[in-house]
Amino acid sequence: MDISRKQELSDIATKIRMGALDCVYGANSGHPGGSLSIADIMAYLYFEKMNIDPKDPKKADRDRFVLSKGHTCPALYATLANRGFFSTDLLKTFRHTDSILQGHPDMKYIPGVDMSTGSLGLGVSAACGMAKSAKISGDSYRVYSVLGDGELEEGQVWEAAMFAGHYKLNNLTIFVDFNGLQIDGDITKVMNPTPIDDKFRAFNWNVIVIDGHNFDEIEAAVKNAESSDKPTAVIAKCVKGKGVSFMENQASWHGTAPTKEQYEDAQAQLKAVLGGNN
Amino acid sequence: MKLTKKYELGKKIATREAYGDALAEFGADERIVVLDADLSKSTKTANFLKLYPERFVNCGIAEGNMMAVSAGIATTGKIPFASSFAMFAAGRAFEQVRNSIGYPHLNVKIGATHAGITVGEDGATHQCNEDLGIMRTIPGMVVLNPADAAEARACVKAAIDYEGPVYLRFGRLGVPVIFDEDTFDFEIGKGNLIKDGTDVTLIGTGIMTSEAIKAAEMLAEEGISARVINICTIKPLDTEIVIKAAKETGAIVTAEEHNIIGGLGSAVAEAVSAECPVPVVRVGVEDCFGKSGPAKELLEVYGLTAENIVAKAKIAISKK
Repeated sequence: MDISRKQELSDIATKIRMGALDCVYGANSGHPGGSLSIADIMAYLYFEKMNIDPKDPKKADRDRFVLSKGHTCPALYATLANRGFFSTDLLKTFRHTDSILQGHPDMKYIPGVDMSTGSLGLGVSAACGMAKSAKISGDSYRVYSVLGDGELEEGQVWEAAMFAGHYKLNNLTIFVDFNGLQIDGDITKVMNPTPIDDKFRAFNWNVIVIDGHNFDEIEAAVKNAESSDKPTAVIAKCVKGKGVSFMENQASWHGTAPTKEQYEDAQAQLKAVLGGNN
Repeated sequence: MKLTKKYELGKKIATREAYGDALAEFGADERIVVLDADLSKSTKTANFLKLYPERFVNCGIAEGNMMAVSAGIATTGKIPFASSFAMFAAGRAFEQVRNSIGYPHLNVKIGATHAGITVGEDGATHQCNEDLGIMRTIPGMVVLNPADAAEARACVKAAIDYEGPVYLRFGRLGVPVIFDEDTFDFEIGKGNLIKDGTDVTLIGTGIMTSEAIKAAEMLAEEGISARVINICTIKPLDTEIVIKAAKETGAIVTAEEHNIIGGLGSAVAEAVSAECPVPVVRVGVEDCFGKSGPAKELLEVYGLTAENIVAKAKIAISKK
């Protein structure tokens, strides 16, 4: 990827982070940590990779995206808004009673949301269903999904992993946001899901481990997935709270809204890196 | 909706057989995808598999995943039928059905077989007497419980034509065909008046409708005029036919192969108490778990018989 495009994507990711914080601050609730961690992956998928059309969000041959870790929808909503599915003005109405932006993704009312999610483990199964459906009817769209590392503690993830491996759903690519933290703390202390890569390999997946904040590595993984005869799990090492100094690597920012001062500080930090001024 | 005649009156056929037959019969529709969780020979989805293997998806023993996979398939415009035993379809996978199918109101059909105590010898762990209640509480879910093979077949066709989630309940035990397909007309949300009467109304669902018909004959011998209604659609309930019965007969007995809590009896009592309170006496499994035994013996043990409906009808009439 050339440097200028990388900078463009980096700026988009920063805007996604800023939008995600608009959501959480506007709602005075929500999940900033895991939203900030996946912003680069979201930027790459929606601004570089996926066949989608904000003017026709339900077009039949579109690539699908399922946010299996639905609680980090501030990142998804900020991505969709920046991509033109709806106004960025809506972000500050996140979780408000009269807003379409539900606390977890709702496909019925939010343009661009392909699957309602929020209950962990269910989204990746739905993504498998979309991928299997494409195989049945010979459709060429691809399906992407983002999971949390804590989410891997849900047994259903492994039912889905078995399903995708069994049916060789090589049109399915999932990203695991491997940031190492869940609400109660370090994932290896709460309920250790590691080794993650070996587990997916054992379920007959193509596995790639990357730095989830490096666009070259994200792109290489996505391209590698396209030539695999198996479903691909991209284990993306991410920093929870990425981009905001006081949120980085802090489990306490999993599901906490910032105060006014913290919000302004965070936005200033993010704004400062726009255009490569870091 | 009318279908060309297929089932002979009086012949004993399990509704699960009709489910498998109907999937095969209507399966040429390329939107239909049938999913199962390692029970295709029992649920009879194997009938579809034989004809359309490319649209059959065995999910293995993983019902929760199967429901959410079905949801994903439905988002792409296909019509998935997800099949397992009622215990696992409604019980094990409740949350997946609620959140991945019900909440987004996706076009998934849940074909739940082996419902109720007539599973028989497998015993309590497999005898689902709660599914109607569980499924009825999900907003927007249509809940169908056919009385015989003819109605089961009509349910499958109606579910294909209907846009939205549908729970279809089928049984393992052979039960007599009571609907003559030459005259039978099925519509989701509509009950059937099977026999008119003035003293009491017997409302049956599933395999208990044929028992309600027998009970009405027994009551007639004692000079009691019983109306008989079949309710296949537990939700949305045909409140019109139920309220009319309450007003005109003044007493109701419900009969279902389900816990007396949450199913047909509850739905009827809810409707009647709001608009025209009359005695409603419920025949069903009386809030207990089942046990192993031949299905026919269990029906006796748990009072799912015409005789018990007769006894309860007299109680209902006495409370008028």
